[in-house]
Amino acid sequence: MSPTAGRTLPPVGQAGGLDHALDRQPTPKATVLISGAHLLDPRAGLDGPADLILRGGAVAEVGAPGSLEAPEGAEVVDAEGLHAFPAFVDPHVHLRTPGREDEEDIETGTRAAAAGGYGAILAMPNTDPVVDSASVLLSLRERARAEARIPVGFTAAVTMGQRGEQLTEMAELADAGAVAFTDDGLPLRSAGMMRQALQYQRLAERNIALHEEDPALSADGVMHEGEVSALLGMAGIPSISEAVMVARDVELAAYEEGRIHVQHVSARETVDVLERARAAGVAVTAEATPHHLLLTDECVRHLDARYKMNPPLRAEPDRQALIDGVRSGVLGCIATDHAPHAREEKEEPFEIAPMGVTGLETAFAALYTELVVPGILDLGLVVERLTAGGEPFGLSVPTLAKDASANVCLVDLGAEWEVGEGGYESRSSNCAFAGRRLTGRVRMTIAAGTVAFRERSFAIGAVA
Amino acid sequence: MKRHLLSIDDLTREDIERVLGRAESFAEVSGREIKKVPTLRGRTVINLFYEASTRTSSSFELAAKRLSADLVSVKAAGSSVDKGESLKDTIQTLSAYDPAAIVFRSPHAGAAGLVARWTRASVINAGDGKHEHPTQALLDLYTLRRRVGRLEGLNVWIVGDVLHSRVARSNILAFGRMGCQVTVCGPPTLIPRGVESLGCEVRTTLDDLGEADVVYALRMQHERMAGSFVPSLREYATRYQIDGRRLAPNQLVMHPGPVNRGVELSAEVIDSPQALITHQVESGVVVRMAVLYELLAGGPPADLMQGHAPLSAEASEPQPA
Repeated sequence: MSPTAGRTLPPVGQAGGLDHALDRQPTPKATVLISGAHLLDPRAGLDGPADLILRGGAVAEVGAPGSLEAPEGAEVVDAEGLHAFPAFVDPHVHLRTPGREDEEDIETGTRAAAAGGYGAILAMPNTDPVVDSASVLLSLRERARAEARIPVGFTAAVTMGQRGEQLTEMAELADAGAVAFTDDGLPLRSAGMMRQALQYQRLAERNIALHEEDPALSADGVMHEGEVSALLGMAGIPSISEAVMVARDVELAAYEEGRIHVQHVSARETVDVLERARAAGVAVTAEATPHHLLLTDECVRHLDARYKMNPPLRAEPDRQALIDGVRSGVLGCIATDHAPHAREEKEEPFEIAPMGVTGLETAFAALYTELVVPGILDLGLVVERLTAGGEPFGLSVPTLAKDASANVCLVDLGAEWEVGEGGYESRSSNCAFAGRRLTGRVRMTIAAGTVAFRERSFAIGAVA
Repeated sequence: MKRHLLSIDDLTREDIERVLGRAESFAEVSGREIKKVPTLRGRTVINLFYEASTRTSSSFELAAKRLSADLVSVKAAGSSVDKGESLKDTIQTLSAYDPAAIVFRSPHAGAAGLVARWTRASVINAGDGKHEHPTQALLDLYTLRRRVGRLEGLNVWIVGDVLHSRVARSNILAFGRMGCQVTVCGPPTLIPRGVESLGCEVRTTLDDLGEADVVYALRMQHERMAGSFVPSLREYATRYQIDGRRLAPNQLVMHPGPVNRGVELSAEVIDSPQALITHQVESGVVVRMAVLYELLAGGPPADLMQGHAPLSAEASEPQPA
């Protein structure tokens, strides 16, 4: 027998296998007839007007427009002129709970997500305290069952306190419901520690999501290293800081036959490394954020701390490479890295302001306005990448197909709005797209069978 | 001129010419026994320094006093900053005294720009982190023009730690704007990637130093060498020190101070008549008087009568992109 015979990849890829680990507040399942919307679900092969009945938490019927009768007690949504997509899934959200509930909590974070069309999210463990024990994880899950508007999955840290020195009790955390492991916000600086995490992954059976940068190369950098950082005199984070760590970790994953997920890819070089690794059969998935897909370090010229995040906004060739990566599927999903920060912290000088931007409420509209409307990416492809965020972690991908769990967002592709004009559902306002006029507005989100968001001005039909 | 002086980029060539010309006329005042003019009588200038400074803060103080302004100097140590007050609150507090100008030094890039959003006063950047130090560049231009008689066409080499130098960034822009040809030179670890985009050439040896009319040496900052940007100051001095062997008789030497004798410049060069270093310090006061004058009193008379501009909407809130 070969040394690896009988060993299988961690079974995290089985669609829907971990759906049970998501939590949300108990809410009665809605009965809804959505009439006349343009259904778009590339995975299910749906692209055209249809009626949709949601009942008992599932898609009960899909039929030709006008063909379906509203069931008893159903809410009728006249969705003429609107698009219905499967609700999105964000694998990368900072809910800031526990520790910084002034910036976000489970209720406001999931409300912001629902307002952005999301039906499920994964929360990052870099809280205070860090989610590195089953007791912290279980208390968070309990809170989510009381507060979360949409299903939330919690990730746990790879190392105790995210210090990179000692593995967490990954097996027990997995049993307690950790959906994945990540030290997000920090890289695993030791290759030896990364290797041990991959070995232990066989026991924990969860994906490992990686924030990739080499601390020695990033040093005290605060923005992308390039012409703009040279002009501003600010220490730069070179793009290879990310790429060399990804190169290291795909080699380790290949050697240990593990599975990894690369978070918030920002650099052209990283996309190249990922392409080669996937071609070689390494089990590596990756995500891109709307801000890295749409903005560059040019935004930093005026030192507005709203454009400070990690990884930093990079140069135009990087942005183009990310768009190509989303198109080709090397970057298989879009994640917001929604990172709320208190207003007073973002009002500090750029170099000392914290890194991160919010993004749940603007992700779809920003991508639609900047990439779909100009014809750079297909609408169907963008919707697919927005819904695919749970797939690397063994969560099911929402679909509008009959009998699937009812996860739908209704979007008005004609609606123009200014980001921030009506405030935010999030508790924080450090949005990278604040003040921009965007096209495409989420009118309603149904997550796992219940209405999680309804725009206040969105008229609902009579109850049948 | 714009209302604030945050970056050399805020100045057109004509603006710079005006400041230099104004400085010339103040130089005449400085030669008198009574070195004071009443231009800014009744107006308040606040010197707010979040970082140690000797020559910049004292020359701004003298400049404001010689223009008859009321001057308040605030240093971060011992002030409410020590008690944890945020920059925004400090600025709003000081702005309540209705200053005409705030001269601001900070260890953080872009901090002067932030201050400008929160006050009605004109903000003068007296150094923000490694970003810019525009009044240093202006006094350098002034000093050099006094000596040579022109700036156009001069070949200027800026030598040393360009990576960590706000003076380098402001001077690359300023010399370039006045028609000089600018070359930066230093160890590759101390040259920021992409610096060519500021409009300069990059060299890593002094081999072609002979082409320079002016050699502008930068301070080698011991405190920043902890990250081992160079193996040793000794090796640095061997390769990059401007000394009597390397300097031709027709070349001029400048330095923003304070100098590390025997590191970036040899003692013989510092003390030679080719060195403009003490002239640079002297120019500090008149050039800063000129900057205060042009920002606060340089406009048409109507402006003077109305005082400063009303607080616009954009001054209070960060603007969306």
